[in-house]
Amino acid sequence: MRMNNMTQNQTQAAPASKKISTYLALIVMIVMALAVVALLIAAYTYVNAATAEDQITAAAFGVIGAVALAMSVFTLFQSRRQVEQMKIDAPKVITTIECQNKGCNQKTVREFQRGDYVYKEIDVPCTKCGGKQMITGIFKEIKEKEKTYNV
Amino acid sequence: MNFISGPNTVAQAVSLPAGASISHSQLLGAGSDQITQIISLLSYVFFIVLIFYGQRIQMYVMIREVENSLHKLKHIKEEGRKTTIEAIKEIGKPTVDPTPRVDRFLEYFTIGPQGMDPAGIVYKLDHILDVRDERLKEEVKLMAPLSDEVQINNLENTLEAAMALNFIYKVVRHYYIQGKKTLSLYVIMQLQMILPMVMKEADAYSSALKAFAYGQPIGDGVGPLVVGKLMHGYEVRKLPKDCVMATVPIEGRVGIIVKAEGPGGNVGKPGDAVEAVIEENQGKIACLIMIDAGLKLEGELVGEVSEGIGAAIGGPGVDAYKIEEKLTKYKIPNYAIIVKEDIGDAVSPMRKEIHDATDKVIERIKSIIVERTKEGDKVVIVGVGNSIGVGQ
Ligand SMILES: [Zn+2]
Repeated sequence: MRMNNMTQNQTQAAPASKKISTYLALIVMIVMALAVVALLIAAYTYVNAATAEDQITAAAFGVIGAVALAMSVFTLFQSRRQVEQMKIDAPKVITTIECQNKGCNQKTVREFQRGDYVYKEIDVPCTKCGGKQMITGIFKEIKEKEKTYNV
Repeated sequence: MNFISGPNTVAQAVSLPAGASISHSQLLGAGSDQITQIISLLSYVFFIVLIFYGQRIQMYVMIREVENSLHKLKHIKEEGRKTTIEAIKEIGKPTVDPTPRVDRFLEYFTIGPQGMDPAGIVYKLDHILDVRDERLKEEVKLMAPLSDEVQINNLENTLEAAMALNFIYKVVRHYYIQGKKTLSLYVIMQLQMILPMVMKEADAYSSALKAFAYGQPIGDGVGPLVVGKLMHGYEVRKLPKDCVMATVPIEGRVGIIVKAEGPGGNVGKPGDAVEAVIEENQGKIACLIMIDAGLKLEGELVGEVSEGIGAAIGGPGVDAYKIEEKLTKYKIPNYAIIVKEDIGDAVSPMRKEIHDATDKVIERIKSIIVERTKEGDKVVIVGVGNSIGVGQ
């Protein structure tokens, strides 16, 4: 299962590891081909089965073929997923601006701009009452909830 | 098992004209018998190989894992370096390419004080850290001549994050190559065991670097954020070593609010600042309340507020030492309020949960003041942490 880590190297443009990953890809391909052959044999044996023994043989081939196929597909899938993980995701940081006039609850939210800082008084007056505005918060919101593990 | 099935089936096929399918299945049955034998032989071989080479295989798997992490670290490090250089070019508008200077800077090191005779080591460490800080700032000024004080602080922090990433990469690479050279399971195993934590830290520094480059508040800035809210609108004056203070009425008491000067990336030296404030008031302080970001344990919620006793301040310990000394001298009680977050949250752009904890912390501060002090008392409230992106 850990083998899938090898294919990840493909994306990193490291020449030494590229060789290994193509090698691994080759192995995965061979395993896949063998799995397909095993499945074909299984199907053929099953169709032409006359005795119970034949059916067991067919089942054995079927299981081997299916497991091998599943594992090779999983390996390919896993390596792709890890490539996606490589990208460093930058969450959107937002700035909230609030009107300083008591009683006026005007609140604007916009994307963070360079030069913003919390408690900075903004030159642009409030659109509702014309009062002074101040940045009250700069933060990022993480949507996905953390796993709790039920303990 | 009938290995020589050929003549038999042929004979059957000849003698039984209607039994063609039987002969067919027998033929295949013999074939699959052989395959079963081969498979069982292969599984024996597999087990024998595992018995003798199992550990070696495990080692190669580990090396592979470390290698992948190392590639990722390299990627993160390069990204960090690029971001830093871009930020310097954008903010500082240098006339010459800052790249060689940045590369030299990334290799910068600091030698800690000798600890054989530990008496007075705190002040030695303090001095070394001062020199380092000054030197780094001067270096940044040379790299980015057109930047103001705030931007210099931000760039310095950016560079420090890039330095940390560079260092992590080099250490992991060192053990990786050592492990490969010696092919020792134990060298590689040690590295592989701590790797998840190392990667987490590297990720944290990487997001910190971006936050610093843009001047966004980070999770560690929750202390300055809270006290900034208390002191905003009041007259602010400077305290020693990059801190500011304001005198604010709070619940009928006199609140002396201290924080690192923002909005530049800066933790200041709260130790010196608190020392100065206490001496100015001849030790007549009812209590000291420190607000900081605290490392959460797995399972605790981000942004949870909890209360305790002691000097809530991280770093190399110099500030904690100075504060504790002054508090002991004047017997001033010391309360701490922390906002829980993990290392990744502490150095990456502030999360909403942490920002939302501000009002809860202010409630706690007020309840401590009301319960523990008398009206008219002087209370020192310190917001500990990096005040990047947080003004006052
Ligand atoms: Zn308004």
